Amino acid sequence: MNDAATRKLALSHLWVAFAAFIVACLMGEYQVLERSGFIPALDSAPVYFASVSTHGVLMAFVLTTFFIMGFGYTIATTSLKQPVWNQPLAWGGFGLALFGVVLAAIPLLTGKASVLYTFYPPIVAHAAFYIGATLLVVGSWVWCAIMLVMFTQWKKANPGQAVPLAMFATAANAMLWLWTSAGVALEVLFQLIPLSLGWIDTVDPGLARTLFAWTLHPIVYFWLIPAYIAFYVFVPKQAGGFLFSDEMARIAFIVLAVFALPIGFHHLYMDPEQAKGWKLLHGIGTFVVALPTLVTGFTVIASLEIAGRLRGGKGLFGWILTLPWNNTMVLSVILALLMLIFGGFGGIVNASYAMNAMIHNTAWVPGHFHLIFGGTTIIMYFAIAYYLWPMLVRKPLFSNAMALTQLWTWFIGMVILTTPWHILGLLGQPRRISSVVYNNLLTLAWKPYELAMIFGGLILLGSACLFVYNLAKTQMNPSSEAFAQEIEFAQPIHAVTSLPEYLNSLTLWNKVIAVLMAISFGFPILQFFFMKTFGSSAWGY
Amino acid sequence: MQIEPSKGINHLRDLYAQFNAIHIDQLERRWIAISLMVIGLFVGIITIDALFHGINPPGKVETIDSASLHLSKEFAEDNLGVQVDEKGAIIIRMVAGRYSFFPKHIDVPAETPLTFRWVSMDVLHGVHIPMTNMSTMIVPGYVAEITTTFPKPGEYPLLCNEYCGLGHNHMWSNISVIAKEDWKAPVKSPAKGEQQ
Ligand code: HEM
Ligand SMILES: [Cu+2]
Ligand SMILES: [Cu+2]
Repeated sequence: MNDAATRKLALSHLWVAFAAFIVACLMGEYQVLERSGFIPALDSAPVYFASVSTHGVLMAFVLTTFFIMGFGYTIATTSLKQPVWNQPLAWGGFGLALFGVVLAAIPLLTGKASVLYTFYPPIVAHAAFYIGATLLVVGSWVWCAIMLVMFTQWKKANPGQAVPLAMFATAANAMLWLWTSAGVALEVLFQLIPLSLGWIDTVDPGLARTLFAWTLHPIVYFWLIPAYIAFYVFVPKQAGGFLFSDEMARIAFIVLAVFALPIGFHHLYMDPEQAKGWKLLHGIGTFVVALPTLVTGFTVIASLEIAGRLRGGKGLFGWILTLPWNNTMVLSVILALLMLIFGGFGGIVNASYAMNAMIHNTAWVPGHFHLIFGGTTIIMYFAIAYYLWPMLVRKPLFSNAMALTQLWTWFIGMVILTTPWHILGLLGQPRRISSVVYNNLLTLAWKPYELAMIFGGLILLGSACLFVYNLAKTQMNPSSEAFAQEIEFAQPIHAVTSLPEYLNSLTLWNKVIAVLMAISFGFPILQFFFMKTFGSSAWGY
Repeated sequence: MQIEPSKGINHLRDLYAQFNAIHIDQLERRWIAISLMVIGLFVGIITIDALFHGINPPGKVETIDSASLHLSKEFAEDNLGVQVDEKGAIIIRMVAGRYSFFPKHIDVPAETPLTFRWVSMDVLHGVHIPMTNMSTMIVPGYVAEITTTFPKPGEYPLLCNEYCGLGHNHMWSNISVIAKEDWKAPVKSPAKGEQQ
């Protein structure tokens, strides 16, 4: 990464992401405090829901999207050894997305968009919220276009050669995101913006939920793919070994991108507007998409084992001890996998159709996604940041020891935060409540768990501060000590020799996605135009 | 463009040959096979449950005008609550609205199949009876129907579990599950208009 302009582009994206992150962490801690009711002075539903809406939007949309864009530019330029295609356009996308965030933040922070990050109609927010969110998405589409152009140009210039794995996965993610965001874009453009501006009188909440479900599952993979990229292309090298299989990695990314899309109805299991046959179909697809994650788990653990044995580890588990636990990337992947295993069990419960009824929309759900999204995914974002930062600012990391502490505390904090959260769900606590006022004995059992969550959140907040402090200190380090290290991509054990075109290109998969989406969403969306439906007018909150 | 069938088959054969040519480790093949078997097992259980044991989530696509429930016969105020229909089935009609479920309290028998029919009179809600599988989203414009059985008598809360406004956490009501032998069917509510 010799190119100062690219480094500036990537850093700008990453700083927006992490600024959003630290603000949202503060709000998270406020939220666990408020909802516990231990500090009566804090008690306020309007402030709570303004905060949760902002926290959700910042974490789920701003942190992720900006991080993915910044990471994508870094991967594209380093793995393809090319400058960013159309740098001014990339800055344009950045500016548009940032403008969108600011536009959406105004109603969010003033309580005019307390509709949560899922903004289900017929509750309606100020139009600026939807317009801002749309601009953020359009800005990210610019990034998708740039990634796909760079991918195609490289293939043209290097016929017959395998696209570097990191770039292949990044391009697959760009394709995935274009498909993913289309659902919510349709909802926002044709239903929510017109409704909030008074251009139309009613919308069909059933159709809105169906379109949102189109986006809601694959968006999770959009967030997760950078973590998987790190698993495959950084971790093996950092651990001192090799990637177990380059081809399997490509297959995993393809299956992930293709099967993440047509399965969103597992978010609608409990909904009346879709029939059970469609839910079953999407339910089956949901289990299929577990396959790439199982393959990834295998590859990562195999790559780590190779590294551990190369470093002298013996016996069935001895190799675990010889891993470089003081390497931030290696420590992160171990902690990420642990959280993935716990989160995976929870995911099976959620996905299972009948069991889902027990935990649907209870506190179990935020418990689950904080563990797997805030835990597994975000800890890998930390690892990537620690790895890239010295190369982006050309200075050594301020403190590796602090980084290790930060990763451990993030893990511990997440466990302390999310274990009670899951239990609260099993004890029947609904999600998204600002205080407990149900006049029922049941709720007495909830108190101790809410207390534990406050401590978990506090540890997480401290950890988040360490993270941002470390990065800022690194960048502001006055030392001019030359730091010339470059990104090292892991080598596979077996060099890729013959790669079928369909593992080196996205064209076929794009068509497969189109067919699967037509099958799984075609009728369920069209039905709203054929049956007699009754729209809902806009409601405040 | 015409595709001859043999060409199509050859093309598939090609793809398969290419796929076989790539290197996949023996151990990895085995792991994939195991993964597929586990996935197959889960999918099999869910499918068999759904098709043969009738274990399904709610999903009867039935629309209704949420803005004029009071004019609908079924969800008019005096038709709400527990009723026993001609065939002896217990039907419970409930309306969700900010911030409660109506009627605010109902008595139902334990160990008896109950069919709930939920509608919203305003925004999106959800309803869950903790520790049971009586859970459904209540989407305006649709009737959410769900049939379930409560094994144990007791007092249960009905909690709204989807954000429906700033008073969301105040949205709840009660249900008493009564031992089967102690429960008496309510006198069938008079049709609308006949009251008084
Ligand atoms: C300091 C650490 C954190 C704390 C204490 C915290 C706490 C909370 C709380 C209390 C809620 C409200 C849940 C509800 O009302 O049911 C919430 C919502 C949410 N959190 Fe966090 N959180 C933290 C970090 C994160 C992270 C790292 C992410 C993901 C990157 C995240 C993503 C979300 C999202 C998307 C929501 C919205 C959920 C909804 O609307 O139902 N949070 N968080
Ligand atoms: Cu999902
Ligand atoms: Cu409600």
